[in-house]
Amino acid sequence: MKRNSNKPIKLTEVCLRDGSHVVRHQFTEEQVRAVVRGLEDAGMHYIEVAHGDGLGGSTLQYGRSLVDEMKLIEAAVEESKNSKIAVLLIPGIGTVHELKQAREIGAQLVRVATHVTEANVSAQHISMARELGMEALGFLMMAHSAPVEKLVEQAKLMESYGAEAVYVTDSAGALLPDQVRERIKALRQSLDIEIGFHAHNNLSVAVANTLVAIEEGATRIDGSLRCLGAGAGNTQTEVLVPVLQRMGLDVGVDSYKLMDLAEEVIAPILPKAQEIGRGSIVMGYAGVYSSFLLHAERAGQRFGIDSRDILVELGKRKAVGGQEDMILDVAAELAKQKA
Amino acid sequence: MKMKAAIIGSGNIGTDLMYKLERSPFIELTTMIGIDPESDGLKRAKERGYTTFDNGIQGLVDNPELADIVFDATSAKTHVRHAKILKELGKFAIDLTPAARGPFVSPVVNLEENIEGDNINMITCGGQATIPMISAINSVADVSYAEIVATISSESAGPGTRANIDEFTITTRRGIEEVGGADKGKALIILNPAEPPILMRDTIYCEVKNMDEQKITESIKAMVERVKEYVPGYRLKQEPLFDGNRVTVFIEVEGAGDYFPPYAGNLDIMTAAAVKAGENVAKHLAKKLSM
Repeated sequence: MKRNSNKPIKLTEVCLRDGSHVVRHQFTEEQVRAVVRGLEDAGMHYIEVAHGDGLGGSTLQYGRSLVDEMKLIEAAVEESKNSKIAVLLIPGIGTVHELKQAREIGAQLVRVATHVTEANVSAQHISMARELGMEALGFLMMAHSAPVEKLVEQAKLMESYGAEAVYVTDSAGALLPDQVRERIKALRQSLDIEIGFHAHNNLSVAVANTLVAIEEGATRIDGSLRCLGAGAGNTQTEVLVPVLQRMGLDVGVDSYKLMDLAEEVIAPILPKAQEIGRGSIVMGYAGVYSSFLLHAERAGQRFGIDSRDILVELGKRKAVGGQEDMILDVAAELAKQKA
Repeated sequence: MKMKAAIIGSGNIGTDLMYKLERSPFIELTTMIGIDPESDGLKRAKERGYTTFDNGIQGLVDNPELADIVFDATSAKTHVRHAKILKELGKFAIDLTPAARGPFVSPVVNLEENIEGDNINMITCGGQATIPMISAINSVADVSYAEIVATISSESAGPGTRANIDEFTITTRRGIEEVGGADKGKALIILNPAEPPILMRDTIYCEVKNMDEQKITESIKAMVERVKEYVPGYRLKQEPLFDGNRVTVFIEVEGAGDYFPPYAGNLDIMTAAAVKAGENVAKHLAKKLSM
């Protein structure tokens, strides 16, 4: 496989964070332990553990965690040896206090996530993470929604705060392969740090997009086993690894062990198989934040309207990640219009 | 009898305050104080005939007769220094910075109990928009947990807010608990870059001990009317939603469009609340003087 980078690929398994949305933040400590044990055994590089909306995300707005995320992080740290435990922090939701707490119990990496145009709210968290001796990466969400020049400008801000990599985060699963190529290429030409890519499979192009990202030079790559992530899930980890092998790129993770873990441990956790349902397709098509899916389905039931109409309306109103409260508001409004 | 007032800080907040104080029947704005003679706020104040100083608080120290009430729209660090000086001068300070040397105040919730002091703090924009609702619910239903989500347009989030966004979430949480009366609070802030810029929206979730839908709805609506007196563009976006022990309130805040554009309801509600508090302080001081 031809790549525009000679740095090794570093994989991050996100099912214990992004997948938190799918299980409505009800992960148990036993589940987390079992998944981390399996990932450690397979040689996964990083494992992200947190509430779906990052540290401090356990709220009425997003859904309360069954088990305190700090307890889950602590359990993950105990079960891992070579795999590093990562966390997500969205400024405005989590604060440096939760970051310090996560660090104290053994988290080694943080992805600080902002909307693609709002990178300058991440300065205090990125620099604090570096001070705490953590790896600090920037995570530019809804990357499809801004022009490429804007993405580059915002990524450079994160680089200036001390981020060691910046991710193109396709939160809506809306990007098509050419758009991924264009974005990764522009970042590669403007940044001195690593570039990452985080996909959602809402339009069934997560693996394809990830391959393009790697070709263009992305080296920090996210996946979720069995697509255990918001919407239709992420790049399916146990598919990506053998595909890369076929292309001659060995990332040092055991693909059989990943497959076994997906089949034996992850599948029973999933409330239902992660097919690409109509809600996910609409989110990818209309550019809507993937974790809105289940909230929109519940609001649709409550107000007797098609959840796709809610999602499309949220796309029109340019809702950004975290605006789950707008789902009920929009649903109530649509129901009123219909009546 | 009008009480005299000065504004320290000739940035956006200070300038918007100037326009609001001009309309006040209880306050006579005399002075605008800044540190940059070229600032738009000082220029505008001069044009409108106010005394202006560009040497900071020293202008007021040298001319203490210019103000009884001082609105401080500088920065947290600067207000810490100002608070001491204003106390020595015997001035009543209304602090719009995050410094919070004095108690947190929402003018419709707890101003009366702090009016004998000499320094009050205006919490945050999200606090001013949501704490009246929490207090209204708490007064009839006893709030065990309150969570607010403030969504503001990216355009209206200044560099200070952005550089220290944790200060917003932490200060607002404290305000929810200490002023709103929730046993436990949580605050979230979201910046939305949509064009044209969105109005400030606030969602308030409360879990209550004594659910009574009718009483809660009435209390919320009465409080909306009281806030409207100083923020005319403050409104319920939907009827409150009820689920079990939970009530959800959707608020939208449109600004008066003085110095800020109307979408920046978050900035407007801060200055409007400060003016409202200042007017009540002025009335109280005038009454004391006439006794």
